[in-house]
Amino acid sequence: MSAETRFGRMKDLPSTHLLGTGTAMCAGCGGLEALHEIYDVLGARSVFVNAAGCMTLLSVYPFTPFRGSWLYTSMASAPAGAQGVRDALDLLRGRGALPPEEDLQVVTLTGDGAAYGMGLSATSSAIERGLDFLYICYDNEGYGNTGQQTSGATPHGARTATAVGGHAGWKKDLFAIWCAHRPAYAATVIGAEPLDLARKIEKAMTLKGPRLILALAPCPTGWGYEPGATVEVGRLAVKTGMFPLKEYENGRVTHTKPLHPRAPVEDYLKLQGRFAHLFEPRRDETALAEIQAAVDRYWEGVA
Amino acid sequence: MSRRLLTGNGAAAWGARLARAEYIPAFPITPQTEIIETLAEWIDRGAMAGRLTTLESEHSMITAAAAAAATGVRVFTATSSQGLLYGMEMIYTVAGWRAPFLLVNVSRGLATPITLEPDHTDVLAARDSGFLQIHCATCQEIVDTVLMAYRLAEDPRIRLPAIVNQDGFYLSFTREAVELPEPEAAQRFLPDFDPDAIRFRASSPLSQACAVLGGSSYSYFRYETHLAGLKALEVHDEIAEAFAQEFGRHWPQVEAYRCDDAEIAFCMIGAFATKAREAVDRLREAGVAAGLVRPRLVRPWPAPELRRLLNGKRAVVVVDQNLSMGSGGVLQAELAATLYGQKSAPVLLSFVGALGGRDIAPEEFFEMARLARDSAERGEAPPPRLLYTAQELREMRKLQAVAHAERKELP
Repeated sequence: MSAETRFGRMKDLPSTHLLGTGTAMCAGCGGLEALHEIYDVLGARSVFVNAAGCMTLLSVYPFTPFRGSWLYTSMASAPAGAQGVRDALDLLRGRGALPPEEDLQVVTLTGDGAAYGMGLSATSSAIERGLDFLYICYDNEGYGNTGQQTSGATPHGARTATAVGGHAGWKKDLFAIWCAHRPAYAATVIGAEPLDLARKIEKAMTLKGPRLILALAPCPTGWGYEPGATVEVGRLAVKTGMFPLKEYENGRVTHTKPLHPRAPVEDYLKLQGRFAHLFEPRRDETALAEIQAAVDRYWEGVA
Repeated sequence: MSRRLLTGNGAAAWGARLARAEYIPAFPITPQTEIIETLAEWIDRGAMAGRLTTLESEHSMITAAAAAAATGVRVFTATSSQGLLYGMEMIYTVAGWRAPFLLVNVSRGLATPITLEPDHTDVLAARDSGFLQIHCATCQEIVDTVLMAYRLAEDPRIRLPAIVNQDGFYLSFTREAVELPEPEAAQRFLPDFDPDAIRFRASSPLSQACAVLGGSSYSYFRYETHLAGLKALEVHDEIAEAFAQEFGRHWPQVEAYRCDDAEIAFCMIGAFATKAREAVDRLREAGVAAGLVRPRLVRPWPAPELRRLLNGKRAVVVVDQNLSMGSGGVLQAELAATLYGQKSAPVLLSFVGALGGRDIAPEEFFEMARLARDSAERGEAPPPRLLYTAQELREMRKLQAVAHAERKELP
């Protein structure tokens, strides 16, 4: 824990949420859980530039849960929308038409469908241009809004609406793709670890340039578990090492939650309907071993 | 005023400069590239204030353009053809943001086959988007129309983005003498952009482009955009009048040439209409009462003005430089809808020509005029026809023979 953080312990987290309630998100949405926590730290002096996905339904005319601003764009081009807003604010600042207190944090809000796929070109280019923006991806590992079809973020073995026998491919490493661009900052977060999340948002806000917040978003409807289990599923994603909590800054990746020991991946997988076929009617030892081995390999590489 | 030789692309860049466009999201594509290169050079050497950001695609470019306009700055961008189509999702999307900005499209035929030369099928794909759409025929008109289009787009009664169109190669790369408005006069005619309450500021949060649930809200917002577009006819006339007072040049919704006493009229948009204009002069010399109408506005569609100009003519020859596959010429269909049921509606003849930059010869205009007079006599129009000569078809057959022969040569 760095000395500068104002989030030393759980008690330091805000006790009320800034983001309004009553949205159209599903009960137990892990993406919304993370967004609540992010928004509490980020604050309302922000404009959320949204890509098509579940969270497009946060702002449905005439309601919005945001105290700050919002702009829906399209599935592929939210980072370009952020570029236009940021460039315009800079131009206004530059000619004295926008006092500093009227300036805004520009935030892209996107699901994994856009972040890992259709929007990747626009994202890569925004990073390369050094765009000063926060990029939040709520990653529920599939095209959730349309009923959980396979996306570039779907993990190996997961059943989706388009891979009923389990996904044969492997989850794309978006964090590594971002790091290859040498951004100002990149971090993975999860709503189930709010202190770690708050510290990362706090740090991201002190930096300028492209900043990734990749939030794993446990999804009761897409992953097949009871809404009340979102926190437990999230914690196990971390404890099993399936979702490493880490950050990138100045060319270095640091793991913010080192794991000694790690729980077996099964503990995470068996809670979710999308992996049920790995356990019933009989255990798929090969697939389970493959998934465990991939996680082991990852952590062997962590110094 | 200063007079200088400018290409169509140079004229578009000058329009943006005189309009004091502040933000230029850009992406290169032939034949538009000269516009953004010119602006980039001016910004680089400080001749023009602002920022040019190169995006990675037209889809992103149009998103950035509208997002900046929604934040409250004056935005200019440009594209052509495949680029316009690549950005088409956003063309349709951002019109509803009601954030005005300007896009110059340099028309170029669409693939397939891929080509560089012009027709209007690209820009007419944006016809139903909500963008205002104005077509230019000369370099002077481009500079003037850019200034007028900003004022129209930004009018509080309209607030819609606009496309100003010019023909690739024939206009984009043709040098013509252009009278450039003085910057002070341009400033008087087009004051700074006032975004009013539609902008992002910390003290006044705003949600833009929200989702709706249900057809009722959706219909409301879509129809509001449509009504704003229609309103632009009337506002255009006010602006054209103000422009004429400031600069002495009058640009109407529809340019009518030797039309008052014409018995037959050509109807065309864009630079190729200047060829029809020449043909009208030759026909008049030969004793044929010919005229030309050239709609500058395609959206909003100037239906009342076209009825005023064309009702009572014996025949109208529509030369469409576009092709709606499976239907025919787009302008012809628009004009037929405009004139249908009118008491003194003319016979309408439909020709598709100048696809992919294929020229239209004077003799073809004369032949179209002859057919128009015949049709007027009979009170019936011939079937639509492609302007294509027997000689061209023979040349085409030769190319096909070469292609087949070359393939047979392969091991």
